[in-house]
Amino acid sequence: MSVIFLLIAVSTVVALFFLAAFVRAVKNGQFDDDRSPAVRMLNDDTPRQNQ
Amino acid sequence: MTMTERFQYDNRIVKNFLFITILWGIVGMLVGLIIAVQMVAQNTPPDAWYYWIVRPFTALGELEWTKFGRLRPLHTNAVIFAFVGNAIFAGVYYSLQRLLKARMFSDALGRIHFWGWQLIIVLAAVTLPLGLTTGKEYAELEWPIDILITLVWVVFGINLFGTILKRRERHLYVAIWFYIATWVTVAMLHITNSIELPISLTKSYSWYAGVQDALVQWWYGHNAVAFFLTTPFLGLMYYFLPKAANRPVYSYKLSIIHFWALIFLYIWAGPHHLLYSALPDWAQSLGTVFSIMLIAPSWGGMLNGLLTLRGAWDRVREDPVLKFMVVAVTCYGMATLEGPLLSLKSWNAMAHFTDWIIAHVHIGGIGWNGMLTFGVIYWMVPRLYGTKLHSVKLANAHFWLGTLGIVFYAIPLYMAGFWQSGMWKEFTPDGYLKYKNFLDTVMEIKPAYWLRALGGLLYLTGAFIMVYNVVKTVKAGKLIANEDAEAAALEKVAAEEGGAHWHRWIERRPIQMLVISLVLVAIGGLFELVPTFLVKSNIPTISHVKPYTPLELQGRDIYVREGCYTCHSQMIRPFRSETERYGEYAKAGEFVYDHPFQWGSRRTGPDLLREGGKYGHSWHYYHMYDPTSMSPGSLMPPYTHLYEHDLDTTTTKKKIEAMLTMGVPYDKEPYGDGFADRANAHLQKQRDEIVAGLKKDNIDAPADKEIIALIAYLQRLGTDIKAKEVTAR
Repeated sequence: MSVIFLLIAVSTVVALFFLAAFVRAVKNGQFDDDRSPAVRMLNDDTPRQNQ
Repeated sequence: MTMTERFQYDNRIVKNFLFITILWGIVGMLVGLIIAVQMVAQNTPPDAWYYWIVRPFTALGELEWTKFGRLRPLHTNAVIFAFVGNAIFAGVYYSLQRLLKARMFSDALGRIHFWGWQLIIVLAAVTLPLGLTTGKEYAELEWPIDILITLVWVVFGINLFGTILKRRERHLYVAIWFYIATWVTVAMLHITNSIELPISLTKSYSWYAGVQDALVQWWYGHNAVAFFLTTPFLGLMYYFLPKAANRPVYSYKLSIIHFWALIFLYIWAGPHHLLYSALPDWAQSLGTVFSIMLIAPSWGGMLNGLLTLRGAWDRVREDPVLKFMVVAVTCYGMATLEGPLLSLKSWNAMAHFTDWIIAHVHIGGIGWNGMLTFGVIYWMVPRLYGTKLHSVKLANAHFWLGTLGIVFYAIPLYMAGFWQSGMWKEFTPDGYLKYKNFLDTVMEIKPAYWLRALGGLLYLTGAFIMVYNVVKTVKAGKLIANEDAEAAALEKVAAEEGGAHWHRWIERRPIQMLVISLVLVAIGGLFELVPTFLVKSNIPTISHVKPYTPLELQGRDIYVREGCYTCHSQMIRPFRSETERYGEYAKAGEFVYDHPFQWGSRRTGPDLLREGGKYGHSWHYYHMYDPTSMSPGSLMPPYTHLYEHDLDTTTTKKKIEAMLTMGVPYDKEPYGDGFADRANAHLQKQRDEIVAGLKKDNIDAPADKEIIALIAYLQRLGTDIKAKEVTAR
């Protein structure tokens, strides 16, 4: 059953990685705007034809 | 002031992944249909009216390479890693470029990724029918392919993160978070579960044994479903569903909460696959608790997807793309409610080892993954080729065939699972099992198996219609290999995310630096220490459990090779209905020498944990040659090739040495020092004893054939433990 410690350790490392990513994303303002990203992704920015 | 930059999206790589998705999808589903028919019709007598209809399928079942036990891993690997895998890559390569306003990091890496992944699939398609397998469900591929998977996954990672670093859009849309979680977690799962000791290019043993192996395997198995079949597809849903509906996702805030809640909960739910097994109780309960909690984020995601269509349901009536997506998301909701319910012990006691689970995974597989993939294909192909879909009518026909296929597949199997489980557990008023013969319970659910095969046929027919529709669409258009786009440059991000900046940040903070270093060293140390202490924990807790004899070990490898675990479990749960039928329930200490464990997940045939000594050698000898000779009506295919192939004894020494390396005490009683060199002598002696035993029943068995080793293993199964005498009153 000792393998469970390996699994817990590996899972925790991954969880910590995601926690760090989450904290960093929040600090960088990734989630400040929770409205416009959903709309912006609909626009594909095809270049204007007049060139 | 920022300048507008012009660049091009790479559509060629998307197209490649998309087409190969369709090809492998057809192959994987076809193999599924073949084994579905084999499962119900394998030993159809020639006088049955449908004999010639099923003959192509049953003929395959009589060949060595295309029996159920070898095709079932091929089916699961093909649909998971080839069909769904390539669909993920197609969707990621398409959406990532557009969400980040950047071309993929490297065209060359994209090509290496594409061809590398297809090479893996071709190798799988060759090795699995040949019987080269590790014997661990959904991780059957042998070690050289495991290494190849790791390398290709790294290439994908470089391309994924490289594109993120050179992006022109500061915000990472929620879909990208799902892709990142997929990459990180799958890498970890694959490596941890694939730790194995090779004895040749084509054979290895799982480093873990018994309960440990089971725990690692289902931690992997559960999270492979989570991070290969779920998170990447949620990413695709969050991109392609709003795109197809041309309206923003219902709640972006909810999508972010959905993501973070899901990834923090999912990883802990794995033990729910091992309820009532020899796994410690607390670990089982932990798995259940996390599984129940998972309902919240899963349903948050489902509702977010469906509510995106609020006020646009009239468009669902007209647009086949949206229809496919609605069914897909609904199936996701069903499967993610059912999963937690199945992790409740009382529910699990009934459904585990039955067809209920097969129905459950197909709601996820052909419902969620399949239907979403079809929706994405119908949406993408016209856009990649600058044209319109050839026929909306045909796409609608596909939709209805697919949906009916799911219904015909799943409902009969739900009923079959419920029904068969009831029969397994039914006692007569005087306290005996009502259905003493396991086969009787199989006969009762055969109609469900026929309906399931029909469901599969409908689903596959729909897929063929899609192929025609896609070919026609492609012919009408022209591939836009490089699609023009423009966006403002994002100078700061490059400085912030890439290069030396993050490192300087940490260098200025000595305390943090120290902590991070310590964590990294601790991880490294853990990986060094763990294997040794795993070996130590393999020392048996039950003194009379002994390592397999060389002949039994060889026989066990044949058992693994033939995929016996795809139909037979080796795990008797502590229920009266099971101990009455099979014998004493399973103990953790019994499995300490099992590399890999063979508990199985489905009982199409009876449990074999206590098979040893139940029948004579001759019974097995006849049964394996023609199962219907001993069990009239049996659906098990004949294993005549075991009577033709010589047992390869040149590997015996290596195998014993590998076991010694992993801590199996072949250097102690009853074997002793230097046993590896004497192993073949021991093997021959035991072989002669079995042949002599068969002789008494007037069978002239050749001693050097594989069947003798398999009989030795089957007769050993579960005999180390005797049922406890009842002493208390």
